This record gives sequence, C-alpha cells and structure tokens, in this order.
Amino acid sequence: MARLGAQEAAPARRSGPVSIWLARHAGTLVGSLGRLARQPLASGLTVLVIAVTLALPAALHLVIKNARSLSAGWQSALDFSLYLAPETSLADAERLRDLIAQRADVAGVQLIDKDAALAEFREGSGFGAALDYLSENPLPHTLVIRPVPGSSEASVSLLHEELANLPETDLLQVDTEWVQRFLAILDIVQRAIGIGGILLGAAIIVIIGNTIRLDIENRRDEIEVTKLIGASNAFVRRPFLYTGFWYGFLGGGLALALVAYGLYALRVPVARLSGLYGNRFEMLSLGLAESAVIVGVGVLLGLVGSWLAAARHMRRIEPR
Amino acid sequence: MINIENAVKRFPGGQEALKGLTMSVARGEMVFVTGHSGAGKSTLLRLIALIERPTSGQVIVDGQNLARVSRRRIPAYRRQIGMVFQDHKLLYDRPVFDNVALPLVIAGFGHREAARKVRAALDQVGLLHKERQLPETLSTGEQQRVGIARAIVTRPKLLIADEPTGNLDPDLSLEVMRIFRRFNEVGVTLLIASHDIALIDQLGCRRIALENGALVLDADEEGGDDGFDAATPDEPWRD
Repeated sequence: MARLGAQEAAPARRSGPVSIWLARHAGTLVGSLGRLARQPLASGLTVLVIAVTLALPAALHLVIKNARSLSAGWQSALDFSLYLAPETSLADAERLRDLIAQRADVAGVQLIDKDAALAEFREGSGFGAALDYLSENPLPHTLVIRPVPGSSEASVSLLHEELANLPETDLLQVDTEWVQRFLAILDIVQRAIGIGGILLGAAIIVIIGNTIRLDIENRRDEIEVTKLIGASNAFVRRPFLYTGFWYGFLGGGLALALVAYGLYALRVPVARLSGLYGNRFEMLSLGLAESAVIVGVGVLLGLVGSWLAAARHMRRIEPR
Repeated sequence: MINIENAVKRFPGGQEALKGLTMSVARGEMVFVTGHSGAGKSTLLRLIALIERPTSGQVIVDGQNLARVSRRRIPAYRRQIGMVFQDHKLLYDRPVFDNVALPLVIAGFGHREAARKVRAALDQVGLLHKERQLPETLSTGEQQRVGIARAIVTRPKLLIADEPTGNLDPDLSLEVMRIFRRFNEVGVTLLIASHDIALIDQLGCRRIALENGALVLDADEEGGDDGFDAATPDEPWRD
C-alpha cells in the first residue's frame, strides 16, 4: 500500500478522519434521497407498496389492541349479577346488599333497584312507548357483585353457590365465559397477524430487493467505471443501502399516516360506540414506541432487502 | 516501474492474447505500445490494471507482484494508478467537476481538499472553466481531457492509457499527447497503447510493438530526433 500515491492518501486520513467519514456518509444519504426524488413516480409507488404492506399488520394490531382494551372492562367482570325474587322489597334488597358487602371474599356490591333499571332501559332501548303498556315493572332488583380481585376459581364458585342458595335469590348469572372465549379468539387472531406480518415482511424485502436490483442494473456502467478507478465493493454498495434505508423509512412513515387516516375515518362510528359504552371507551391510536417500531421495521427490512440485492449483484459487475 | 516476465494470457477456448511477453518500463519513462487490434496491447494494459490476471508469468508494478494482490485489495491497488480509456468512461449524469472528483471521493478526501485538487487537475487539461458542465455538452476531445484530469487528480506515479486518441482527429490527438508529455516531465511514468504510429514517431518516445501477443520491436527513440527537447515552431504542442 505504501507505494504509488501513498503520499496522497495518508494526509487525507490525517485531516479529521471521523468528520470526513461522517460527511461522506451524510453526503451519500442525501444523495440517495435526491436520486429517489428525481424519479418521484417510481419511488413513490415503491414507497406506497411498502407503506400499505406495513400498514396492514399495524392496523390489525391496533384493532386487537382496542378490542383488548374494550374487553378489559369486561374481564374485571368476574362480576356476576344476582337477580332477586320479584317480591323482594327495596328495603330487603338494601339489607341483603349490606350483608353481602361485609363478606371477606366480596370487593363490592352495587344495587340496581328495579325502578332505576326500568328508567335506564326506557332511556336506552327505544322501547319507551311500549313499556307504558306494562301494568307493573317486570324487572327485579339486582345486585351486581364483584368478588375480591385475584380470587381463585374455587373461592369464586363457593361464593356463587352460597349466594345462589339465599332465599331472596331468583337467578345468579355469571356471564364472563364468553369474555374468555373472546380473549382466546383475540389471541389466535394476534398470532395470525404475527405470522402474516412475517410473510409481509418477507414481501417487503423482496420488493425492495427487486427495486434495488433494477437500480443496480440501470447503473451498471457507472458501477463498472467506479470500480475501474478503484472503488471497493463497500463503496459502490453504499448508495444502494441508503436507497433501501429511504424506502423503508419513507414507507414506514407513510404507513403511520395511513393508519392515522384510518383512525380519522373511523372516528364517527367509534364515537357512537363510545356513547353506547357511556363514554368509557376511548379509541387507542399507535403509541410513540409502536410508531418507532413500525418505522424501525421498515428501515430494517429496507436495509436487509437492499443489502441482499447489492451483495448479490455488485460482485458480478466487474470492469471488462 | 513495470516489470513483465514471460506473461501468457490464454482465454478459455485456447486463444492466446499474450504469448510469453517480457518487457519493462523504467520509472519516469513514457512508452508507447503499438500493434494491430488483437495484438495484445489491451490485454497488456488490463494485466497492469488487474482487470485480468495472466495465465502464467509475472507482472510486477512498482515493486508489487500483482499475483499477490488479493481480490479484496484490487480497489486499493487501482487507486494508485491513473487510467485513461478510449471511450473516456465518464459518468454522464453528473458534471465535469464531479467526474474528476470521483477518485478523490473514493479515496476519502475531505471536500475542500478534493475541490482544490480537482481544480488543479482541470487547470492542467485546460478545462477549468467547464467544471459545471455535463460531459455530454463537451466535444470528444474535451471529454477525453476530462478523463485525463480524472486519471491524474490523485497524482499517480503511473498512468496507463488505452488508445487515448483513438476517437480524436490529429489536432486533438496532438493536444492530448502534449498533456501526457507534460505529466511525464514532472515524473509520471506513462504506458500508452496506440496504433497511431505517425503520431508516436512525431513524439519520439520509446515504442514497443506487439504482434500476435509477442514483442516484435522495442525501439528507444529518445535521442537526437526527440522532438520534445527542442521547441521548434512546427511542433504546435510545445508552448
């Protein structure tokens, strides 16, 4: 190495190697972006394909996340309802409520008296006029009982048994089983999204790899000439890696925008659902960390795709 | 500077481009290689540029046995040599300045230092005022001068040129040779493949002639009739 031209190469390395290295990489980074910008349609389409491919699992993830948050309210419903016999008076119901509330295995008891229940039903169901034809309130007083959080299944079923056998009890209804089923389904769907996500990730690698391959093919002469005057494989590969980086980065960013737009488009029906839940449901959007993961995955796939293409095709292009 | 011993280059299929060529070029020499197309001129230059490796025999450039330059180290080796091509091999999507700066960018020079060197090189070939133009807007002769500026911008000690005047008319050829001669005067070793014997005779440099991959003539014409030592009015390339 310390032969021809060595006296020129040495001072270059002495005059601030890190800043020169950084400037070079920054220059290549900006240059790659500029090259994409010069072909806005082709680059835009590639970015769009990547964005859609990333947005799909991201959106499904968001659906799962919201479904979980929605059902979290239900799951705490180890809660069960105790419908009291129709002849039970309000005073008896209140006495029973206080009695049950004293139990060690009960965290809370809420009494829904039958008049309040009817009023609420009249309000929410739209059967208001029909209800006027009823001679008396068909609804019983109801106790909503919440067991101590973390209770074992055995202690909860003991509680069920004891309360079901109270003379005032007409019906004890536990309706959390479907919540469990629902959660199990969510688990399966989430796993399916994971598997689908891997396939879509592979698709992105192929898309970017193929785009970079065409790019390399188009710039074959340039690569040959550059190698002829002493460029290493790493040097000629670099702009293509940065192109892959940009595809992934821009694709990830656009995916976030697509998801955000999707949420925006859903805001009216969601507001209605939220109204039905007494405004307790608020739609969750992608958090900062999740957004970073989506863009990060895009960048990673972009780099992997371009690296595979560049490593494969660059070696084949040698000056002739 | 260049020592070639018994170099054989046989291509798959049995065709031999070089049949045991032995020659050497001393430091600071300016040597022409002549011969018909297919005589082995290009193959000789390609061995020196490590675009090809000999089937047998030895190529030593500036003390380096090229057989020991591994594939990975070829780029570093090539950076030490200036190369000029018949078809210029410029990058047509970027201006003259960027073309000439490319070897410096590859070598990792900082922007300011590179700009200074690029301007110096362009000045030497008389194209300083065209640094912002795209190669396509230049004449063939000017494009070749850009190629030369790119070859010398890193100040290599050895410059090889394959038919550098092949596409140029006599006046432009002379101008290019004048530029080469100036580099030679400051110590650059040059090996130039050309079939323009008339022009070479005019210059009066050492000439090596190849035929069918073998050396047939090695004439050192440096001496009394060296047109470069005496500036005479009928040699317009001397100024």
